[in-house]
Amino acid sequence: MVLIIIPFIASLLALFFKDKLAKVLALTASVVQLITNFVLLSGFDLKANAFQYFSSYTWFNSLGLNFTSGIDGIAMVMLLLTNLASVLIILSSWDNNYASMTKFLSLVLLMQGALNGVFLSMNGLMFYIFWELALLPIYFIVGIWGGENRIKITFKFFIYTFLGSLLMLLALIFVYLHTPGDHSFEWDQMIIAQMTGWESTLVLWAFFIAFAIKMPIFPFHTWQADTYSVAPAQGTMLLSGIMLKMGIFGMIRWMYPMAKNACGCNYNIFIILAVIGIIYAAIIAIKQNDIKRVIAWSSVSHVGLIAAGIMTWNKEGLQGGILQSFNHGINVIGLFFIAEIIERRLKTRELTQMGGLAKYSRGFSFLFMVIMLGSVAVPFTNGFTGEFLLLNATFNYHVILGVVSGLTIIFCAVYMLRVYQLAMFGPEKDNGIRIGKLSWSEFVTLGLIVVLVLAIGIFPNWILNISETSVDGLLNIMKGGKTL
Amino acid sequence: MGSYIAIALFSPLLGFTISGLFGRFLPKNVTGIIASLSVFVSFVCSIMLFNHLHNGGDAVKLETFNWIAAGNISIDFSFLADKLSVWMMMIITGVGFLIHIYSMGYMHHDEGFYKFFAYLNLFIFSMLTLVLGANYVIMFFGWEGVGLCSYLLIGFWYANKEYGYAARKAFIMNRIGDLGLLLGIFMLFNVFGTTDYQTVFSSAGTANSATIELICILLFVGAVGKSAQIPLFTWLPDAMAGPTPVSALIHAATMVTAGIYLVARSSVFFVSSELASTIVLVVGLVTAVVAATIGLKQNDIKKVLAYSTVSQLGYMFVALGVGAYSTALFHVTTHAFFKALLFLGSGSVIHAMSGEQDIRFMGGLSKKLKITHFTFLLGTLAIAGVPPLAGFFSKDEILAKAFYGNGILVFILLAVTSVITAVYMFRLYFLTFHGEFRGTEEQKHHLHESPSTMTIPLIILAILSCVGGGLGLSSLFSHHHFADTFLSSVLTNANIPHPSHLFEIVVLVVSVVLLAIIILMTRSYYTKKQNVPTSADEETGFGRILSKKYYFDEIYKTLIQKPIEWLSNFAHDFIDRKFIDGIVNISGRGVTVCGNYLRRVQTGNVEFYLLAMVVGVIAFLIIYQLV
Repeated sequence: MVLIIIPFIASLLALFFKDKLAKVLALTASVVQLITNFVLLSGFDLKANAFQYFSSYTWFNSLGLNFTSGIDGIAMVMLLLTNLASVLIILSSWDNNYASMTKFLSLVLLMQGALNGVFLSMNGLMFYIFWELALLPIYFIVGIWGGENRIKITFKFFIYTFLGSLLMLLALIFVYLHTPGDHSFEWDQMIIAQMTGWESTLVLWAFFIAFAIKMPIFPFHTWQADTYSVAPAQGTMLLSGIMLKMGIFGMIRWMYPMAKNACGCNYNIFIILAVIGIIYAAIIAIKQNDIKRVIAWSSVSHVGLIAAGIMTWNKEGLQGGILQSFNHGINVIGLFFIAEIIERRLKTRELTQMGGLAKYSRGFSFLFMVIMLGSVAVPFTNGFTGEFLLLNATFNYHVILGVVSGLTIIFCAVYMLRVYQLAMFGPEKDNGIRIGKLSWSEFVTLGLIVVLVLAIGIFPNWILNISETSVDGLLNIMKGGKTL
Repeated sequence: MGSYIAIALFSPLLGFTISGLFGRFLPKNVTGIIASLSVFVSFVCSIMLFNHLHNGGDAVKLETFNWIAAGNISIDFSFLADKLSVWMMMIITGVGFLIHIYSMGYMHHDEGFYKFFAYLNLFIFSMLTLVLGANYVIMFFGWEGVGLCSYLLIGFWYANKEYGYAARKAFIMNRIGDLGLLLGIFMLFNVFGTTDYQTVFSSAGTANSATIELICILLFVGAVGKSAQIPLFTWLPDAMAGPTPVSALIHAATMVTAGIYLVARSSVFFVSSELASTIVLVVGLVTAVVAATIGLKQNDIKKVLAYSTVSQLGYMFVALGVGAYSTALFHVTTHAFFKALLFLGSGSVIHAMSGEQDIRFMGGLSKKLKITHFTFLLGTLAIAGVPPLAGFFSKDEILAKAFYGNGILVFILLAVTSVITAVYMFRLYFLTFHGEFRGTEEQKHHLHESPSTMTIPLIILAILSCVGGGLGLSSLFSHHHFADTFLSSVLTNANIPHPSHLFEIVVLVVSVVLLAIIILMTRSYYTKKQNVPTSADEETGFGRILSKKYYFDEIYKTLIQKPIEWLSNFAHDFIDRKFIDGIVNISGRGVTVCGNYLRRVQTGNVEFYLLAMVVGVIAFLIIYQLV
């Protein structure tokens, strides 16, 4: 509950302050929020298979809209990511001087609150409302502070998400109408809705498309690279770092239990799409010259693997997927921030315009290197454990799918090392522009990310333990529900 | 005893941290000494562990913490020092220590001095993890770690564009192999529920044989990448872009033998897998022949040695393929001595020649570089297989095992490769050290012997190259084969009959005669008649194919790189832009209403919307609290 209120109030307050103060306020609010999150974690019973901090208030009874919130282990990981990432994102904007910074920060905070709401919701309609609420700020952020062609691109983004939201709403209402007794949007009622296999399949597809657009999964991805590259750095970080996890989370929390009577064969199609996406995006990433677009495509590729692993619905896959959602959030924020730092100095994102940056920026080279390795999933970085579990799950699901998705470890090395090499190595460009010293906010942001990359690489169990009981619980609910 | 493992691992890691964090502020010598000492500490630990095992002690296990736990997968971060691990440890830390000392001299003028030692220490740590890991996943951790260090060190002089590409090529080709290894590990989890060596090997008999075959083949794919075998060998010659001590340590003595370690470690599986063993044998044999022939036509001193390494690794795989695992390990050991020696020797030459690596512009260096010359000569004799130097015994044993374990064909091909090896090595030796000097006047003036930090390691390695054969004297000379006795309890060697004395005498006599002829002929061709090789473009016929390395790089470029790049453009420009977006745009027209809505928002007063949104939400929250 508090998790939603803090950012909203801060968001409101921020509007009344001047730029500098707004920054301080936004940062403080996000730190307080993170601390609150940790307090919640410390009181969280890892062994209990239940929604903790559960609360329910009636809101609009006639609509079945209750304010029901609760946290299980899976949601806890997502909340931690959201609130941690928000601190990083706000900190990363410290050196930015956008026109009307206040509004910008206010939108970021608003989004943080809405995202927390998405992960907390235990009521279908409330979930939907927060989902939409989280989308609005990002339209503004891209539409106002974006680069070239922003209107056209935002429009494309809007069409996609509009379609997704529509399908999701329809699916939610459809399930609602099949809940027992007086219909209810409460999660625990919705998962026992009585639907035939055919109806379930319909719901499954509606949810899948809605979430697939958000993540995105091939072939619902074409809004993504454009939107990522045109959005301001923090917008991209919000989109890739946190927002796409709404889709992953939605699949786990809503899609899978709601549509449990649907034929498991549908998942074969979904996983195949996800695996196509892994390779498709990786191959495209190899030839991109805009550093942000490389990262954007790599994100499609990585998320494809997360989706494939999760949709195998076995414990290793789910655990790997949840862990990797967290890791991907951290790493991709780091990578996009690196792109931003380079762009701040060089005024370009074209790899062909870069070279030899390593020479006069040792600290930056090192931080970049570690974050890149996290993305390439070298052991002892956070990416490794997630990728290991996910690939293992996919491999056990189907050998060929496992081998094909395994190619990602090769392709990812190809495009990430290419970026690093073209930017950092080689002879210096003669324009004399260097990275130089990082500002304190840049250094702290990247430093925190690097610490996280290594810490989670060494102790992945820290995250895995949080979600373990809930994953067991989820699989328990589903036992017998899925026919393969 | 477990603490020895911990110290052995921790020491270079600490060295890495110190050099990496504070190296910039420390004098070069201090950094170098700290880094070298940290490896020496590991070496001492290795000796202690070696002693312990040699005196009949049990394998030492060190458990730390549970690294990854999810569902059926549980991976402990634990280490195991058995005879095989400790054997490798001795090579890694022993040769590693010497190369650290050498590097203090070699890299002295480099501004990235501290970084170099940080990477070297990190490499030693990773390599030790590789051989000490108690399960396949920890081994994989080290496996990727050494790959990373190799990448960092090949691209050490990053300002050079070509070096950057060489580094990337190495990393990516290794990753292709890694995928195989990773899939093999998944299979192990699938079949045994764990990858812990002790559990997996003791229950190896329970799995069905086709599965084991497949696991072996997948593991071998990993070995092919790491140990630079066909078809994944082309990265190793390019890896010579790295500083020469790196070539000696990583790309000759230790990392590239990780593939041999992997197969030997899994000997329980391989010995019962006929198909997999045949693949190992064939790949090794083809690589040995192909790389040796390429070596005949290379003019870069380090490239000759690189192809020689690839070829010698092929030898080792042949030994693995016939099931003679301890023989392969024996050759790993002697090869580590003489190939490290040769690389460091070439480094000393390059150092003296102010960076020149082309042997066509050398010659007559024996006069100025006395120690380098003499030790290099010993290394050449050792690799060529001149008795009683180290290379003779290990090579001879592989030949014998191949003959008795497989047949005459493999034996002949290996013997021919041996002859070719001797030819390109003496060609290299005579062109470099004898005849007239063919470099510039300035280089001639500058020629000097290297400092003692560089020559002492050369001398030690030269001694080891001479006496290293003592680890595995053939039955003609001794009944006690140390390597075999020591390692046989951890390796499941195939039953190959001992060679007859007649066979050994014949091989001995023939090889001595052949070597004498080769030495005299190469000497007369390159020293007396002063023939200097031409460049690759002037070669004709088969010589040109050899100079161009059988066009492997070109073939890969056409068959793999180009199609992928084409596919990348096609996917992006056509499938994405035209096809999928086309569909989206059509549906987009249907929702113009929404477009109008969005446009209004864009031009409207954002502040108002924002305020309305936030106030609205908070109002809702407050209202329902009251209700």
